[in-house]
Amino acid sequence: MDIPYTVEVRRDTGLTNGKIGIWLFLASEVMLFGALFASYILIRTGATSWPRGDTILDVPLATFNTIVLISSSVTMVMAWASLMRRRFGTYRIYMGATILLGLVFLVVKYFEYGHHLRMGEFPSTNNFLAIYYTLTGLHMLHVFGGMVVNAYFWGPGAKLWKTNPVWFTNRVEHSGLFWHFVDLVWIFLFPTLYLL
Amino acid sequence: MTSDHAAASMASDHAVDIDRHVKVYITVFVALMVLTLVTVAISRLHLSVPIAVTVALLVAIIKGSLVACYFMHLISEKKLIYAVLALTAVFFAALLALPIFTVSDGYWIH
Repeated sequence: MDIPYTVEVRRDTGLTNGKIGIWLFLASEVMLFGALFASYILIRTGATSWPRGDTILDVPLATFNTIVLISSSVTMVMAWASLMRRRFGTYRIYMGATILLGLVFLVVKYFEYGHHLRMGEFPSTNNFLAIYYTLTGLHMLHVFGGMVVNAYFWGPGAKLWKTNPVWFTNRVEHSGLFWHFVDLVWIFLFPTLYLL
Repeated sequence: MTSDHAAASMASDHAVDIDRHVKVYITVFVALMVLTLVTVAISRLHLSVPIAVTVALLVAIIKGSLVACYFMHLISEKKLIYAVLALTAVFFAALLALPIFTVSDGYWIH
């Protein structure tokens, strides 16, 4: 039995099931990160002193990563726009760039974490580092998850384009919504952890 | 107009529409880059913590809104999506309000 409303929209909602599904998932993600942000506020306001992020963390590296992630959001939306224009070759280039930019983000994070760990700065060292590792670690997991999905749609999952291009375009749009959400979270994490 | 002409015209309109979207994406990308540099520049001014927090969050909200409105197409979404997000916003605000109420006895960010 086929999954209903993957291509045509439901009359009552005006949406495909996939679209409403991904937005409900993102709503739950807002609550997940919201709980952690609330914890951060509680711990910071309850502390007698709190270090400025830029005295401990590498701001130029994080600024570079911000630029990388924003660029990946643009390549992601351009990948979707390419499918809307029926240009599959261009889609592959943009989607490939999105995956590579995600990889660059994770590699930079690897060096950042490595530096802190070599300096003996662990999550157990203090509350600032505990918050830093928790929030950025969870965010990195999301980047990795998004990359896996995007890699699937770049590679084996792209077969769907030949048989059902509209469904494939919708699926890429949904994975794009997740990817943009990951970018959105980083836009708030960057000033909160690194600059304040 | 024949059906072939009508189909060709619709396809052409659709392509123009996407081209317009792409121009918006590029503009938003440039704006996000500029705002990122603004965020870093403001942090170097060493403002007092309450002002620094306010300004940094304000810029982050503008950047986040650009991503949500244009990359995530929230500017032209269906009502049900807005309803889901409105409900999420209420719970999110309640979640953030909890620590604020907890520290409302005179403490604030140090």
